[in-house]
Amino acid sequence: MRKYWWKILSIVLIIYAIFGGLSFPAPDDVEILGKTIRNVSYHVPMWFTMLILLTVSYVYGLKYLANNRPKDDSMASSFIKVAMLFGLMGLATGSFWARFTWGFWWIEDPKLNGAAIGMLIYMAYYILRNSIEDEIQRGKFSAVYNVFAFPIFIVLIVIYPSMADVSNHPGAGDSAAFSSLDLDNDLRKVFYLATIGWILLGVWVATLKYRLTEIKRKDEEI
Amino acid sequence: MRKYSLILMFVSLFAMADSAVNDFFYSSGKIYVVIAVLVIIFSLLAYYLVRLDKKITQVEKDRNEA
Repeated sequence: MRKYWWKILSIVLIIYAIFGGLSFPAPDDVEILGKTIRNVSYHVPMWFTMLILLTVSYVYGLKYLANNRPKDDSMASSFIKVAMLFGLMGLATGSFWARFTWGFWWIEDPKLNGAAIGMLIYMAYYILRNSIEDEIQRGKFSAVYNVFAFPIFIVLIVIYPSMADVSNHPGAGDSAAFSSLDLDNDLRKVFYLATIGWILLGVWVATLKYRLTEIKRKDEEI
Repeated sequence: MRKYSLILMFVSLFAMADSAVNDFFYSSGKIYVVIAVLVIIFSLLAYYLVRLDKKITQVEKDRNEA
């Protein structure tokens, strides 16, 4: 129980978010957003989960460079893989929403292009990894790439969109953030807990991936 | 007679609860039906994740003993 409580918490929080995000009151009348403002409880937590998973991976990349322990490399690569899954869910949900908000699946926008380029950077991480046979060399190259990719990724996905002069994406550039739209704190009641729930779920899935990777790696050693 | 009245009481209680549940699901343009569907989907996915977690734990245990 002591080990499992956060997994149960993640399930409870996400069910709460499904319920609250759809049925609780929300500012449903903001310009072109309409009821899609409720997406803030579903689409945005995907990106936060991705960011947290990549941060964990970055830390384990540094740890690998310091200690050269293979399990730190498993940790880093597993967390990036699951982070990419959450990133894809963020891109897919965002693109679908864009079709019915702006009329296009994709537009030229610092927020969108920043996220896309950021994800491509981590796709290259896998190309790099899979092209190296030797375990130690693969670990080192991966860790170095990871440690350099993460700050660039943060710049592309967080700093660049917020510094841009013009953006259509809510919360980026000159568009209003949900903090200024959510005057009655209706969205916050769901959004924060939803984000915590999805982050916990993401970490859970990533640790499962890590444990599988470790089982496979130990099998190869024997 | 008392036994029947008890059963009758339970039946009426269930009927009341049932209509309350109905009222709930028919309210707000039946959005709660959609919510229930999503909760069912997510609950089963979460259940599968728990099963997977347990299976991996079992494999880890087996490997450590071997």
